[in-house]
Amino acid sequence: MKHDFALNIHHLPRVEGHADIKITVRNGKLVDARWAIVETPRFFEIMVKGMSAERVPFLTSRICGICSISHALASIRAIERAMSIEPPAAAEKTRLLAMQGETLQSHALHLFFLVAPDFTGTGSVLPMIHSHPDLVRAGLQLKELGNEISSVTTGRCTHPVSLVVGGVSKAPEKEQLLKLRAMILERKPALDTACSFFQSLAIPDFKRETEFISLFNGSSYPSIGGRLISTDGVNRDENDYLSMTNEYTRDYSTSKFTKLSRESSVAGALARFNNNYLLLHPKAKEMAASFGFQPVCHNPFMNNIAQLVESLHILEDAEELINSLLDMDLRNIKTTYTTKAGSATGAVEAPRGILYHHIETDAAGKVVKANCIIPTTQNNGNIHNDLWAITEQALREGKNDREIEKLCEMLVRSYDPCISCSVH
Amino acid sequence: MHKGTTFEKLKIASFDFTCCEGCQLQLANRESTLTDFLDLLDIRNFREISSEQHNDYDIALIEGSISRPDEVERLQAIRRQAKTLVAFGTCACFGGVNSLKNRFSLNELAVEVYPGMEVETGLVKKISEVVKVDLSIPGCPVNKEEVERIVVSLVTGSQVTLPKYPVCIECKAQINTCLFDLGEICLGPITRAGCNAVCTTGKTPCLGCRGPAEEINMAAFLELVKERGLSENDLREKLAFYNAFEGLYQP
Repeated sequence: MKHDFALNIHHLPRVEGHADIKITVRNGKLVDARWAIVETPRFFEIMVKGMSAERVPFLTSRICGICSISHALASIRAIERAMSIEPPAAAEKTRLLAMQGETLQSHALHLFFLVAPDFTGTGSVLPMIHSHPDLVRAGLQLKELGNEISSVTTGRCTHPVSLVVGGVSKAPEKEQLLKLRAMILERKPALDTACSFFQSLAIPDFKRETEFISLFNGSSYPSIGGRLISTDGVNRDENDYLSMTNEYTRDYSTSKFTKLSRESSVAGALARFNNNYLLLHPKAKEMAASFGFQPVCHNPFMNNIAQLVESLHILEDAEELINSLLDMDLRNIKTTYTTKAGSATGAVEAPRGILYHHIETDAAGKVVKANCIIPTTQNNGNIHNDLWAITEQALREGKNDREIEKLCEMLVRSYDPCISCSVH
Repeated sequence: MHKGTTFEKLKIASFDFTCCEGCQLQLANRESTLTDFLDLLDIRNFREISSEQHNDYDIALIEGSISRPDEVERLQAIRRQAKTLVAFGTCACFGGVNSLKNRFSLNELAVEVYPGMEVETGLVKKISEVVKVDLSIPGCPVNKEEVERIVVSLVTGSQVTLPKYPVCIECKAQINTCLFDLGEICLGPITRAGCNAVCTTGKTPCLGCRGPAEEINMAAFLELVKERGLSENDLREKLAFYNAFEGLYQP
């Protein structure tokens, strides 16, 4: 066998942030595969020290340009739990709707802008504006809808304005909610277009057994708070985040790694699907069935389909949330509180998976200590191990260097890594 | 806007450094005007959304601040190519929230966050501390409507301008209750407008992400805070948040 090659993808394109893929094959045998994150660390856990708790969500939302709402809400939840603050019901519903908007926006960005070009053979979505106009229009409609939900609930679509400790500083107006509901109904067909496109694709046939971790509350598809569970039977309290993650470093990556029952694990849409399938909206389950997609699925490429299925769940759930907000008194949206010393974890299901913020405050409400564990950090180990397994499988199947390169890129992209977020 | 006119597309590239990539993401927002917006651009290099990368761009958007030696080299190479280098967003213009790191010892923070591992990190710098900047577009994140206006100006060759007046003017135009009257310190009176007062309209005080407005009266502003008996700690925390008022007050 002639196979001898070194693959070195510097700053992988069409992902958020900077990371390299390195594969070395000698005499047809894989000798090294690594997922090396080279992003510059920003040190948010240090920046936040000494800051007033009320300002923290405005800082931590800046960890990520795509999932800023999740970061704000993880901090807010940690602080509210640390200080025993109960936000009003209308604020909680507004926050849940904001999470749905953010996840829809993030999934649409990933599926249409980052993933779809791998299957259309274009370097980006830009040529697809002409080659696949209906698909691009559908993608933009869904992304815009996600952004609009975020704007109505938090004041703007990136770096939320009105998510605050104690509730929300401004409630959505009923007129805006009615418009939003009409927009959701009008845009449901866009998801059918997306579904037909993804059904026509050959999803790479690859699986490697692993452990999937997500939040779980038993009554609704997970979003803000809950038990920490895994497909290997782990079930822990939200504050036990450290024993769920067991963070460690590798000297070639500025993003850390985590593990639970096995050498690596997975967070994200596929993990939520695998742990919470029964709680999906019936229409979302129907869509999953049309792909022959069932839990527990161990093919990482199916994370893309899990995002598509979740998008349908979001459209249905957002409509219900809007209906209940329309029936609520939207004047009672913020609880007054007195600061106190305490510490707690806030866990939320960010678009890319379970996100933990742990915050400790002093009696004056200043942050003493903070720790943020990001979904992509929790996927690094699995991405790394999958790169080994998929390259070995491709070598066995006699694939050439270019095919292996493309497959590795697609594999990493299917995890939807948020790299600057994971380095924070 | 360009029906019946001929124009040359801008040969543009977008790069990110120490940041969240949220400003670049705005380029893909405002979906209803997106295809018209993209019609004005010839995107030569934009790693976050495209595998097609060319280095023959004229305009470089730079998102993020600079905090590692390899970033300095990468930025200098971009400067050599770009005819117009744009500091894109608050981190690029002022250092942004990343600058909060500069209050701590570099050694201590690296040891605390990465125990047992060597991590390279330096003091956070804004772009103009490293290379010459031709145009600054502030905002955390940038306001896409403003970016659209600026791109049209660049295409048509007209002068690019930012509002000189403060956020206060935009906020009052929306008939918001003044946050000072609700007992909050708000940086709206001293911050450059152009955001349509998005934060104060959401009943959240302005933290000054767009930096100082032109001809601000800082002394009068500080006096106002004092007169109303508002917290000096809160004021300092707000002024320091984006590092956008550096040199205008005693930290």
